Amino acid sequence: MCLGIPGRIVAIDDAQRKLATVDVSGVKRQVNVACIVSDDHPVESCVGDWVLVHVGFAMSRIDEAEAAETLKVLTELGEAQAEMEAMRLSGTV
Amino acid sequence: MKYVEEFRDPEKAQILLHEIDKLVSEIDIAKQRPIAIMEVCGGHTHSIFRYGLEGMLPKEIELVHGPGCPVCVLPMGRVDDCVAIAARPEVIFTTFGDAMRVPGSQKSLLQAKADGADVRMVYSPMDALALARKNPEREVVFFAIGFETTIPSTALTIQQAKAEGVKNFTVFSNHITIVPTIKAILDSPDLQLDGFLGPGHVSMVIGTQPYAFISRHYKKPLVVAGFEPLDVLHSIWMVLKQIREGRAEIENQYARIVPEEGNSPALAALSDVYELREFFEWRGLGSIDHSGVRIRAAYRDFDAEARFAMPNIKIADPKSCQCGEVLKGVIKPWQCKVFGTSCTPEAPLGALMVSSEGACAAYFQYGGIKRREAVS
Repeated sequence: MCLGIPGRIVAIDDAQRKLATVDVSGVKRQVNVACIVSDDHPVESCVGDWVLVHVGFAMSRIDEAEAAETLKVLTELGEAQAEMEAMRLSGTV
Repeated sequence: MKYVEEFRDPEKAQILLHEIDKLVSEIDIAKQRPIAIMEVCGGHTHSIFRYGLEGMLPKEIELVHGPGCPVCVLPMGRVDDCVAIAARPEVIFTTFGDAMRVPGSQKSLLQAKADGADVRMVYSPMDALALARKNPEREVVFFAIGFETTIPSTALTIQQAKAEGVKNFTVFSNHITIVPTIKAILDSPDLQLDGFLGPGHVSMVIGTQPYAFISRHYKKPLVVAGFEPLDVLHSIWMVLKQIREGRAEIENQYARIVPEEGNSPALAALSDVYELREFFEWRGLGSIDHSGVRIRAAYRDFDAEARFAMPNIKIADPKSCQCGEVLKGVIKPWQCKVFGTSCTPEAPLGALMVSSEGACAAYFQYGGIKRREAVS
């Protein structure tokens, strides 16, 4: 109930009632998209969106840039660690 | 699955664990006592156990499992109310699967179903509304539980029912809110916490601003965290980094899902349909002011509490149960007198043993290592 599952919107079923079909790893189901639409992002533009689905409602659009940013931070931590390790081995720290 | 596998990379987990070790060695208080970090949300508890994260962390870190599992904090009297509504012949009683096995004082919904009540599991409140459309001669009741993560879905469903003029659909609302509960925990004298992992999906709805008082008044760091193993480790690292640097701030590790300002259509639906209750009764924690919501008068036709007479009796938790102390993190699940003996996932006495997000069920299924360590 609380965890949610990521899926991709593949079709708009009923623009007025804000219903769309989402594909979650091959399983398709109708969801309500009222929480992810706005004037800047109307129902019609939702196809292709990656969303997080909770109890039949798309509750958030997954922000790909933010996801990449978090992964970058983690990658950089690893690189910094490798560099420190190399410095330590070379005896300069 | 997109944005799932990337956050389960074991190599990156090793890097984070190494960095966590390093930070812990630089924090002075860790030399005297463990650093206590509470994960508020049951979803995090579930991830921590599912991926065995607790056993990978240095022993100087103690994870305290918080009250954020809506099924677990449901008081027995409320389950009795459900059973009473479900027993009415005209009623189709719909619920999420998680709530089926929560014990009431006489029986659970699952037992009520076995005794002939028409209890049906649904995935979404929209499915309950669809059942109402399909069965106009029956009364369809949806048992709504959950924090702010699921409140908007119930609110939108009620708005939809009103727009369509559906007459045979009501909601028995047991929705609760997280912020007053965190405050109650912070005010609890028997608990010393050093920081929080904030609930990711509640924050997706309410944003990060409502937590500001935690850093401002209580001077504790909180990091809104995602649910994959790297998210949890990354967030623990961020909390530790704040502690080492003497900061107490609200940070957001889960920015791919959680906008700082929350979700405005969801919040609009929530406040259109719901208002705060003066107080709400929690299993194990007692009554907490303003911690629940009820349906506003404008939507009274869709409120099961207005349509049906229900017992509404306060039932004390079983004496042998120590759910409250576990929920507040005062004792570990396995220190409860009935853990694993008269309280098991198959026959739960307390709600913490029911849901897979409950700390006791998680320890029972996955928690062997840490428990053995603590005993030896």
